[in-house]
Order: sequence, then structure tokens, then C-alpha cells
Amino acid sequence: MNDALSIADAVRDRSFSAVEVAQAALKRIAARDNELNCFTALRAESALEDAARIDGEIAQGNYPGLLAGVPFAVKNLFDVAGLTTLAGSKINAENPPAIKDATAVARLKQAGAVLVGALNMDEYAYGFVTENSHYGATHNPHDLSRVAGGSSGGSAAAVAAGLVPLTLGSDTNGSIRVPAAFCGVFGLKPTYGRLSRAGVALFSSSFDHIGPFASSVRDIATVFDVLQGEDDRDPICTKRPSVETRNLTQNIDNLRIAIADDYFVKGANPEALAAVEQVAHALDVRDYITIPEAHRARAAAFVITASEGANLHLEKLRERPQDFDPATRDRFLAGALIPSSWYIQAQRFRKWYRDRLREIFQNVDVIIAPTTPCSAPLIGQQTMILDGEEILVRPHLGLFTQPLSFIGLPVLSVPIQQQNGLPLGVQLIAAPYNEALILQVAAVLEAKGIVSAKILSSGASQF
Amino acid sequence: MALLVDLQLPDEYRDGVVANFERIKAIAEIVNSFELPDDVESAPIFEP
Repeated sequence: MNDALSIADAVRDRSFSAVEVAQAALKRIAARDNELNCFTALRAESALEDAARIDGEIAQGNYPGLLAGVPFAVKNLFDVAGLTTLAGSKINAENPPAIKDATAVARLKQAGAVLVGALNMDEYAYGFVTENSHYGATHNPHDLSRVAGGSSGGSAAAVAAGLVPLTLGSDTNGSIRVPAAFCGVFGLKPTYGRLSRAGVALFSSSFDHIGPFASSVRDIATVFDVLQGEDDRDPICTKRPSVETRNLTQNIDNLRIAIADDYFVKGANPEALAAVEQVAHALDVRDYITIPEAHRARAAAFVITASEGANLHLEKLRERPQDFDPATRDRFLAGALIPSSWYIQAQRFRKWYRDRLREIFQNVDVIIAPTTPCSAPLIGQQTMILDGEEILVRPHLGLFTQPLSFIGLPVLSVPIQQQNGLPLGVQLIAAPYNEALILQVAAVLEAKGIVSAKILSSGASQF
Repeated sequence: MALLVDLQLPDEYRDGVVANFERIKAIAEIVNSFELPDDVESAPIFEP
């Protein structure tokens, strides 16, 4: 399957119609989603209508948009008009359908993209695996016995399996980056507040971000550009002017790049560290940088997330705890009991830590680190052995992602395909609002063949 | 503590909640044990 931009080119120049492209996507989903379980809802009828409208615009000589005819899908915590926003839960299934598309969904549609459905996730986004007791686990397309990662597992797997070229997810402590790494695709968590969260079910407002998954750097950059822009419907969304990233050069000669050491080289298996070395080597990077107190940042992110998540769902926890996924319920309940002083201390520490990172980014432009400490665990796996010790695997998956989303830094997870192994990710990290630098570095890595999204399509579908 | 937030904790969840709370407590201790200067305030500024 070709990337989103090549599909859009083909649709605009009428090599294929948007309807043909949408039909092919729906056919691929029908053929493969049973074994993957990416989708929780399909919008076949409205997708074909939208596609026909795009074809009509083109026939009339109107410009149909940057993403004309590109099929896409969204994590089921994005509002889609006419669909109930599940947020991975059984409880929300009782809500009336959303009245209006989330801003991000509307902006993609305005750019000509065609929404085909909604995607599976961990309940209320509280997980790194997408093992959902109500809707089932999402399987990793590279090995069906393994997790796709979470909480945006459906979003990552759908791209990796070639079902659609583009999806949206959300990331609070790693929920875009972890599944992107496990599924071997690109996943962008932009700067906190860069993209509108209007119409997206929240989890922990201090850390919730939305972002895209795709199989090429240019797709990520284009979607990022389409999604940017202020939004009155989201008070957190920045009013800073948009920064175009899709037409940048690959000149990174003057960029100062360093490898995160200390915390970011411990607790990971050799393959995860080797992936970082591969990227560093390709960029001729030898310098290291220490991010201080990263373990405390992760701890503070955990306390804040547990508190905010529990507060959001407190009423339902009181009324109907039995309807929660057992994997989230006791964690939410415990979070409801956190003393205020712990929460406040964590928010104060966050300010301290943010100031340290600002100082660091005066001397470096891009930092690289592993996305996850290991490749995808087995579905149902509870523990792993690390340094001879048995530890709980699921919380450990956010080891390297949490200290970065804690202060809203922009991060792209780039996919490294291993010869005899599962995919891994490397995080490219920059100072706030410097997504352009990250995307330039990623483009260079992609051109050198160091990073690539291996899309597993089973048919000879040209799109 | 659960009574304070009006959470009637069913017995079957008690062990799980206690275990999770112990985890949170240990993790919060990592934050709480860090000496922060008094003038470090949390970031959000309320706009009246």
C-alpha cells in the first residue's frame, strides 16, 4: 500500500477515484480485521458518500485538498458525528452518539480525507497494550500473538497492516509512541497544546495530546500541518501561528543532536539500545546528554495521571465499578485516594523539571532515546525479566516515554525494522514547537533507509 | 480514606485497590523525597 500522499496525488490526477480507494480500504478491512481487531466501528456508507463527493469536486475542477481521497480512521475517543464515542469503555457505549466531529477529524475531512471507522484502545486510555476486556485485544500485525501496544493500539496496527495509510491516536504517557514502536510505524506526539483536543475524550488533562500515525515522514508532516491551528473549542490549544513542516529541506548540518544517557540507557534490552545506536551512527552523533531526575519525572507523571484520571471517572467508579475493565478499575479506584499534597508536589516538580529541560535545549536541538525498553510482549503477558529480576511488564513499557510527555515535549517515534525480530522505535525529541527539526532529522533517516515502516499488506492492492 | 471520597469499596476490589495504592505511595515517595525550593510554584495560572 502506498502512503497517503501518493494516494492523494493519484486521486487528484484521476488515476483512481476516491470511491475506488475507499472501496479497496473497506475490502482490506473486511479481509483482515477479524484477526487483528483494530476496528470497533466502520462507517462504510458515509465513507463512500464522502469519497463520491471528493470525486465530484475533482470532476468540477475544484481543488479537493492535500489528502484528497485518503482513507483514515481514528481512535474511538475522538468524536465522530453520528457515532457514540466509546473511549474503549462499556459505560460510554450507553451514551448518545456524538453530534459533531472532533476538530481534528473535521480538519482531516476538510483536507479531503475519507473517514472509514473508529479504532480499538485500552479502556479510557489507561494502558500501554490495547488489551480491552470489552472489545478484545488488538493484535500486532507483525506477530498476532503479541500486543499492538497502547493505548492507541488499533491506530498503530491499522497502519502497520496496510488497512488505512493514516490514523489518529492520543498520547498521555506514551500511548502514540509505544504502539508506533511495537507496530513499526511513525507516530507523532506533538508539543502539548499544539493540536486541538476539542471533541476528544480526556484522560489526564495535564498530559493528553493527540497525534497521527503514518507510514512515511512526509505523511506525518502533512497531517501535522493540516491539523495545526488555533481552536476556540479547546482552551489548551495554542494560539501560536502554525509552522509548516511538509516542505522542508533535509539540511540538518547545523543541528546539534545528542543521545540521552543515564536513565535512558538503563532498563532496556540490548536490541532497544542498538536501535538508538543505529540512528546515532547514521547521523554521525557521538555526544551524550543527561536529562536529570528523569526517574522522578516518570514518578510524578504517574501520580498526576492516576489522580486526574480517577477524578474524571469518580462518579462512575462510585455508581458502577463492576462495569470498568478489571485492568483499569483498581488503578482508578486507588488513584481516587491520592492525598492532595502528593498531586501538588508532582505539579511543582513538573515546573522544576521543565526549567531544567529548557536549559538543556539551549545547547542541543534534538535528543534521541529508545521508545520502549523491549519489543512487543505477548498478549496476556504479565511479567518480564530485566537484569535478572522479574518485573511487571505493562507499566514498564512507558519507561522512556513518560518523562518526555510529562512536560509536553514534541516527540516522533521512528520505526527500526529488525532483520530477525519485531520492530522497535527510537524517539526523536526537540524543544517545544520544534516539530520541524524532528521531521527534518526523520526525513534524513528515512532517505538513508535507516527508518522505515514495513507495511504488511496481504494483497496486490496498489493502494 | 475511601469513605472520605464517598467510595463504597466493594470487598472484592479491596485487595486490588490496596495493592495499587501501595504502588502509588511508593512512586509518590520518589517525588516527595526531592527537595524543591519554596519558590517553585506549579505552572498553571488561573485567569479570572
